[in-house]
Amino acid sequence: MAGEVRPNPPAEGRGGDFIPAAVLSVSEAIPVSPEAAHTGLAERSFALLCRSAAFAVAGLLLAVFAVLSVNAAPALHTFGFGFLTTEVWNPVTERFGAVAPICGTLITSAIAMLIGLPLAVGAALFLNEYCPHRLRAPVIVAIELLAAVPSIIYGMWGLLVLAPFLAAHFQPFMTAWVGPIPVIGALFRGPPFGIGILTAGLILGFMVLPFIASVSCQVLATVDPVLREAAYGVGATTWEVCRNVLLPFSRTGLLGAAMLGLGRALGETMAVTFVIGNSHRISASLFAPGTTISASLANEFTEAVGDTYLSSLQALGLVLFLITFIVLAAARLLMRHVERRAAQ
Amino acid sequence: MITSEALLARRKLVNLAMMGLCSAAAGLAILVLALILWHLVSRGLAALSPDIFLRTTPPPGSPGGLLNPILGSLAMSAAGIAVAAPLGLLSGTYLAEYGRYSRVAHVVRFINDILLSAPSIIVGLFVYSVMVVPTHHFSGWAGAAALALVAVPVIVRTTEDVLRMVPSTLREAAFALGVPYWRFIVNVAWRAAKSGIITGILLAVARISGETAPLLFTALNNQFLTTDMNAPTASLPVVIFQFAMSPYRDWQQLAWAGALIVSATVLLINVLARWLARQRA
Repeated sequence: MAGEVRPNPPAEGRGGDFIPAAVLSVSEAIPVSPEAAHTGLAERSFALLCRSAAFAVAGLLLAVFAVLSVNAAPALHTFGFGFLTTEVWNPVTERFGAVAPICGTLITSAIAMLIGLPLAVGAALFLNEYCPHRLRAPVIVAIELLAAVPSIIYGMWGLLVLAPFLAAHFQPFMTAWVGPIPVIGALFRGPPFGIGILTAGLILGFMVLPFIASVSCQVLATVDPVLREAAYGVGATTWEVCRNVLLPFSRTGLLGAAMLGLGRALGETMAVTFVIGNSHRISASLFAPGTTISASLANEFTEAVGDTYLSSLQALGLVLFLITFIVLAAARLLMRHVERRAAQ
Repeated sequence: MITSEALLARRKLVNLAMMGLCSAAAGLAILVLALILWHLVSRGLAALSPDIFLRTTPPPGSPGGLLNPILGSLAMSAAGIAVAAPLGLLSGTYLAEYGRYSRVAHVVRFINDILLSAPSIIVGLFVYSVMVVPTHHFSGWAGAAALALVAVPVIVRTTEDVLRMVPSTLREAAFALGVPYWRFIVNVAWRAAKSGIITGILLAVARISGETAPLLFTALNNQFLTTDMNAPTASLPVVIFQFAMSPYRDWQQLAWAGALIVSATVLLINVLARWLARQRA
């Protein structure tokens, strides 16, 4: 009778909850006995319990969105669309615009991806193809553990170790040598504070690096070994296998991994807040202090006075929520493709 | 004209160069991360002393420890997990069993995956609005609620994954005996997946013990030792944040010690979870 117990195929399945055919037939076969009625009640209440828990989790996202929107409404009403297009951030005159934190968020995340992504994919390819077999498992475990290190550690290291180093060595060097070059030079001019947009981007990059690397490793591992072996069989070099087999076949997954990393970088608070300098200005120089949405919230929220100020900060939160939602949703859609392949 | 030898030489050269680049990327990545760990361990160990675990946070310039943030973190994480574990377990069960093929479950799963990596500071904002504003004060309970919201998606995801791995023969054997579905779930599926479920809960504990952002606007901070979860409560990550940002040397020392304690805890729990997950296989 095993066939009867098998889950119904999804084509038949529709809105309702899945209950195995055997269970249905048992409870329907003995309609009147009190025991069966009791079982039915227990069954229904347990199913209801599980379902409400699941809906509560899903409702959470809606609740977060609703609460943020309601709280952000006064600021958005006061400033209108201008909230997204003005740079001024003045608690005294109560004028607020979100351009500086939004730009800060996007720029630091871009720097993070520029640094983290090539290193992570390179490291994943190394682990998948070049690495001596004995080293492989321990290095993968080490990278996965590093991905679990709390972000505050990265931020603190950035402030107390990396920033003084950059201020003393890297920034004066760049200002002297790259600064005079016309267009690019403007990015690398300015007083060497150590903290600023560039430092924040670097720290974010280091933080997402182990995360993207470990997801990429999993993605690369889903490529059918037969494809690799066939490529090696016709005499391809290791790089040619990577370039023409591994990368094309895991393109979607690697993009998903990158988007997941980007989602983390955009929403990250602690790694950034330590080293960004919290200044609501947009500056041409990457050495200048700036701010991101999450850093502004972390630095100012508990000290904000006045409804407009609080509401503007919540509006910033809403913007961050929407940006990360889009990025993470795209990442999940891409990753779903990979999971389906891994399941095969 | 390119001879075949020249072509081969070029392919070998490109291969060598790209191998070098990839190895360099891996080397550089591991170097940076090793550097972070090295600073963390060397500076953290230098600042570690019995006082850290015995005395409360000091004003700058006087001796003290991290007793109150350690206790605060433990209490809030415990309360957070106590809420998150049952909620996560039940929703994970819905996704893996009752809702396995329903369209609603697809949506729930998708939302949960997004919550899994949603910015934790947003969770802080949310809990601030629904718990701190109505009660008019920051509290340990609000901190615990924020941590619970961060932990739930982790538990949902791992629970669903391990329940899906319960072999269908167990399922069929249970149904053949006439066992009701919910009894099968509680007595067979949960039991078979026990170590996996515990692994998920441990991973959630590891995740929330290092979270700072959700606590900033909920539990805030407290300089004094308190057992009252209705009062603002100190936590290790928030104290690390405050002390590391300060200009005082001795506070920075304490921050390094705290950072070492947090990271060691998180890594140990992760190793434990991995070990447990391997036991099952």
